[in-house]
Amino acid sequence: MADSGETEGPGNKDVIERAKNDGRELTKEEKQRLRKEKKQQKKGKEKKDDKASQDGEKREKKPVSSASPAPQPATQPPTQKAPPAVPALVPVPASETPPPGDKPAKSKAELKAERRARQEAERASKQGKKGDVGGQQVAAGKPKAPPSELQPVVKRLPEYMQADNPEVLKKLAKKLERQQIPLRSDYGYKVSLFSHLHQYSRKAPLTQQLSIPSTVIHPAIVRLGLQYSQGIVAGSNARSVALLHAFKQVIRDYTTPPNEELSRDLVNKLKPYISFLNQCRPLSASMGNAIKYIKKEISNIPSQCKEEEAKSKLLTCIECYINEKIILAAKAIAKSSIEKISDGDVILVYGCSSLVNHILCEAFEKNRKFRVIVVDSRPRLEGREALRRLVQRGISCTYVLISAVSYILPEVSKVFLGAHALLANGYVMSRVGTSQIALVAKAFNVPVLVCCETYKFCERVQTDSFVSNELDDPDDLIVTRKGKTQLEHWQDVRLLGLLNLVYDVTPPDFVDLVITDLGMIPCTSVPVVLRVKNVDQ
Amino acid sequence: MELQAVLMAAGGGSRMTDLTYNTPKAMLPVGNKPLMWYPLNLLERVGFEEVIVITTREVHKMMSSDSKIKLDVKMKLDVVCIQEDGDMGTADALRHIQERIKTDILVVSCDLITDVALHEVVDLFRAYNATLAMLMSKAHEFTETVPGQKGKKKTAEQRDFVGVDQSGKRLLFMANEADLEDGLSIRKSIVRKHPRMHIKTGLVDAHLYCLKKAVVDFLVDNKSISSIRGELVPYLVRKQFSKTTNSQKIKDDAEDQNQKKNDGPTNHELLISSRDEPLLQLAQERSCWNDHRGDMSEAYHGGKLRCYVHIMDEGPCYRVNTICREANFSKCYRYGIGVRLDTDGSDIGYYYYHYYYYYYYYYYYYNYSSLRRRFINYRDE
Repeated sequence: MADSGETEGPGNKDVIERAKNDGRELTKEEKQRLRKEKKQQKKGKEKKDDKASQDGEKREKKPVSSASPAPQPATQPPTQKAPPAVPALVPVPASETPPPGDKPAKSKAELKAERRARQEAERASKQGKKGDVGGQQVAAGKPKAPPSELQPVVKRLPEYMQADNPEVLKKLAKKLERQQIPLRSDYGYKVSLFSHLHQYSRKAPLTQQLSIPSTVIHPAIVRLGLQYSQGIVAGSNARSVALLHAFKQVIRDYTTPPNEELSRDLVNKLKPYISFLNQCRPLSASMGNAIKYIKKEISNIPSQCKEEEAKSKLLTCIECYINEKIILAAKAIAKSSIEKISDGDVILVYGCSSLVNHILCEAFEKNRKFRVIVVDSRPRLEGREALRRLVQRGISCTYVLISAVSYILPEVSKVFLGAHALLANGYVMSRVGTSQIALVAKAFNVPVLVCCETYKFCERVQTDSFVSNELDDPDDLIVTRKGKTQLEHWQDVRLLGLLNLVYDVTPPDFVDLVITDLGMIPCTSVPVVLRVKNVDQ
Repeated sequence: MELQAVLMAAGGGSRMTDLTYNTPKAMLPVGNKPLMWYPLNLLERVGFEEVIVITTREVHKMMSSDSKIKLDVKMKLDVVCIQEDGDMGTADALRHIQERIKTDILVVSCDLITDVALHEVVDLFRAYNATLAMLMSKAHEFTETVPGQKGKKKTAEQRDFVGVDQSGKRLLFMANEADLEDGLSIRKSIVRKHPRMHIKTGLVDAHLYCLKKAVVDFLVDNKSISSIRGELVPYLVRKQFSKTTNSQKIKDDAEDQNQKKNDGPTNHELLISSRDEPLLQLAQERSCWNDHRGDMSEAYHGGKLRCYVHIMDEGPCYRVNTICREANFSKCYRYGIGVRLDTDGSDIGYYYYHYYYYYYYYYYYYNYSSLRRRFINYRDE
């Protein structure tokens, strides 16, 4: 209420005056409070009459989210309890539109809204100045602030999930221009449910817009980006290893400029490379974790370290990381999984997961008797490669397409799935089609085991495959049979969209066990592992 | 640095002696610019900042006095002069500049006129980690007959047989008809690995090659190879599929095998592995990609040496290396649009007009308009 607000206000002022009198320096909080008060007073004088009506309507629409981003109405008594200082220039969330035909009933609603807003303002300011930081982050103007009145820190949607927001696109273009990286333009009509994701064409590689002896971006990174976008390096592990290999070359060719420190400058050098790779193909969770690790290692280099020493230290760090997290982890997982494979088993695998293939080959070498059913799906048809690798070792395999999965499942005793990432709420993000297999397996009471190294665990939370996914080239869906290509001119049909999803999420109810290098855990223990990892680091 | 550009401008123009006895081939005017300007312009447009130009002293002198090259070409030209006697082949020239070469190279010939998107060729080179990537184009039929020569073009002996795989990118086989005696023989190992091969004869080699640095080092050791197109490229294409026992084509191989240590089963000096070879291997193993399907082998059939080709379907790609070509080309510009160029005051143009007035009688404009349309941008500059 206004009253309580005002009573607390003077209290605040007293504290500050007392501090001044005492002669001690104002703490950071107090300084911020002072600044805010001054701003509020200025704001109050300016916006008294103008914004009253507009804000009233808007407050009706979004009473809750007015916590941080929404500008406070001027009719608010100049309370010091106004929410963290968000400059008046913060663009009001784009989704707010005045409700049609509501104009006459404004006055009563306006009053109610004002009161509500005042309450929230108090609550928000009581959260303390931590909200300041969150609010200022958001001050850049991310539109979709989720309703979180108690949470002053508003989560930002990452840029790659907002391909249909022109503001975000403009900012991305500016950022890429600053880093001298060309912007890749979207291709074709996007299905409306997924219009917030980027969709690129493989026939328009990013290298078209780069100069040929690439000077801005290290040639190893250009090569890597090209291999990503053409699909030559595909699969979570392969991509991470290739990324680290390219980073090793970058570090080798790096020389510290005269007045810079290696620890800070190298990280800044890596940023445009990462944006470039992101433009070629969205980064995977494993790559993200690898990049975080490298950045941490680089920034931990002491400044008195000589350049050669620092570089060799970084190179060994990278090698250790690969060795521990990928190679040894694979060995550990293979060891645990072999216990789960018994003689006479019929194992179903989906697509081509390097880890699952490794496990099966190891089990075969340990003389377990089993046979494998490889399930494959269009348009990638990665199962063919998995089939080749298994048959080459001598394992007897059957090959079916995913449409035959319920036909073949009665024969199956276990399902082994690979994962692209394990999310913090226990969901498994993997190649599209995996959740289908897990679902059908659950219906047939066949145990589903997911094999995943811990470096692929990520802190994201997702419950559906729409929010964050990757759209592959839609032209991959076009197939030519008997010389006829039906979908050749799909772009001319106005309402036809081709959707080529890459990933999907499987709920933890369908997964019976996750085999990691830390042991065999249930799907719901993923957050525990994440917490332990963070504590370790 | 990723790539260094090398422009071969020392060619004698052996098939156009009528034109070249006074002016070196690299400085022949085409349109209103010297022949050399076109590849230089291509490299500049794509983003090169430096080019190593291998040429003769005469051309070098003419270059420095020519206004077009001095003003229009903003790149730094590192000119290397070689003797004019014509014994030096293109590969010999590469050997000559071996110290200046620090990374992979892009070799261009001075008589290439094209507007290909160079990134297509270089992308093949980068993405597949190729040893050689080259450019070829579907030949455009010139029905012009050059007066003074026999009516039919002598194409029968000069056909190139180029074998590519199903995707049209990997180069499997290359031979010139002159080298084949009885017939075309293809090794079984190639057919086993690539059962579907497309053999094309109507392709024009643009003489644009991306070569790895290891190839230049190989050339230094193998002094018997003197021409890139004639010897080196067929050798590399053959080497893709050879085993250790099968490398007797070049005599120096045996010595080299003793000198260098055995890095791998196939020709080692061409396969200088990078420092992180095991990591690259690991990435390739873990990747679920294969360049072919249907047999049990891994990607690239385990071969480390790979040659790729980019075949241009449409767009201009001409090599001005015979009178016929040059005539078609420049005549259209010089004589068709003729009078204008003469009033340019260009001496050479006038000279040619004089020289050829005797043949003018036979000349007729075919394809003139289509050629003109395609090169309108060059002309206007």
